Amino acid sequence: MKFMLFVCADAAVVDRLADQPDEPDRDEPMPWPDELDAAGIRLDGDQLRPPRDATTVRVRGGEVLLGDGPFAETKEVIVGYDVIDCADLDEAVAIAARHPVAAGGVIEIRPFYQ
Amino acid sequence: MTVDAVVADTFRQEWGRVVATLIRTTGDWDLAEECAQDAFAQALARWPGDGVPHRPGAWIVTAARNRAVDKLRRRNVESAKLRQLAATDEPSAGDPVGGDPGDPDPSGIGDDRLRLLFTCCHPALSLEARVALTLRTLAGLSTAEIARACLVSEATMAKRLVRTKSRIRNAGIPYRVPPAELLPARLPGVLAVLYLLFNEGYAATDGADVVRPDLCAEAIRLARLLARLLPEQPEAQGLLALMLLHDARRDARVDAAGCLVTMHDQDRTRWRRDEIDEGVAVLESALDRGDVGPYQLQALIAACHATAETTADTDWAGIARLYRRLLPVLPSPVVALNHAVAVAMSEGPAAGLELVERLDADGRLAGYHLLPATRADLLRRLGRREEAAAAYRSAIDLVDAGPVRDHLLRRLAEVSRSG
Repeated sequence: MKFMLFVCADAAVVDRLADQPDEPDRDEPMPWPDELDAAGIRLDGDQLRPPRDATTVRVRGGEVLLGDGPFAETKEVIVGYDVIDCADLDEAVAIAARHPVAAGGVIEIRPFYQ
Repeated sequence: MTVDAVVADTFRQEWGRVVATLIRTTGDWDLAEECAQDAFAQALARWPGDGVPHRPGAWIVTAARNRAVDKLRRRNVESAKLRQLAATDEPSAGDPVGGDPGDPDPSGIGDDRLRLLFTCCHPALSLEARVALTLRTLAGLSTAEIARACLVSEATMAKRLVRTKSRIRNAGIPYRVPPAELLPARLPGVLAVLYLLFNEGYAATDGADVVRPDLCAEAIRLARLLARLLPEQPEAQGLLALMLLHDARRDARVDAAGCLVTMHDQDRTRWRRDEIDEGVAVLESALDRGDVGPYQLQALIAACHATAETTADTDWAGIARLYRRLLPVLPSPVVALNHAVAVAMSEGPAAGLELVERLDADGRLAGYHLLPATRADLLRRLGRREEAAAAYRSAIDLVDAGPVRDHLLRRLAEVSRSG
């Protein structure tokens, strides 16, 4: 079985941390992922930028509608995820708009810290 | 012209171009703004003594670029970026920096301001973020001025600008004009931001001033730029024409006492002929392209009003026909209300009232004061004074103190008195 762990935190704290100029320090030892990685349990994981940097894509009546917030205000729940690598947000939106779920649900695009 | 006035003029002309170019070459929005600001500060300090340079715009571009090179060197930025920055505007020796109508790139895609405008108006940004960022980076308004224009505190606006810039950086919003196949989908978003800016200035929701001419002027300046950079897009010209035709009436919209004057009662000699002529000319060249969108239709309607000698002389039947063409492409209840007014003028108040009452029943305009106000006017013209008074009262309940409310109160007094 595969699991997707969506790590949640207090939105205000996330916002405050994101306002600080320093990006997370990757060199600090992080036992949780390191141990899981060594054991081959964790397949993929990373830290996402805060919800305010998210873009939502939905296709309604053939029209691509963008939103600038996360979908969390609505009742939608996460049903899967895809990690894609492309040039910029416009390309990511085009790919997301082709996703079958975009025509009824919502795809939230969250950039990774890089 | 005094040196200060030359600097102010250069600022209006060049700010957006300098910032746009520096953003492209450095990829750093804050750095671009800082360096542009520094360059104008230098101009203020040096031009009074050294004299105004032959080409003020070119001087500013060079000063801002040098400043950016300095700052990046101090940050030890890799040499590739510095080389790119140093290469910026090398061709500008032969390229007049101040307003260049013959754009070197016929598609207009080469202009950094267009890139900046499309990035500021990216659909992944909220509408309020788009408006704020456009005013800051392209128009060069200060945070305090934008805060005032958007009716929020300066602290709120400062935060909004910081967050929007960080969102552009982090969300992966590209700094470019969308490719041709995306342009039809993206242009309406840009036009909507500019029209919103204009309407904020024109309709003055805060009640105190009926017209805030600064915002209107900025919106027209940006629309003019867009129409020039995208000559193959008739809707860009349509928007410019629409703004010019509305703006031409601004002096006549308010009387000496600061009261709102309806178009019917406006002194048409105070309408600005030059703006009307320009608006009509821009509109005609757009219509030649044959692809008539909602902005051109609205501009056509505004042109019917602007070129009529009197209210009675206006081609109301023609306006009603234009609204009927506009409704399918811009299915807004406000458009439907305006259509009803045109029908009332061409076919009589009873025909108009029938349409207004249909709109009233539909409920989408609940809370919009112009619906009961229009109903009241039509009832008044039909001699149904008591119903008119009731409708004026409903309209008055929907507006805050200010010239619009005063106008409605005067109308109410009229129908109550003569009843």
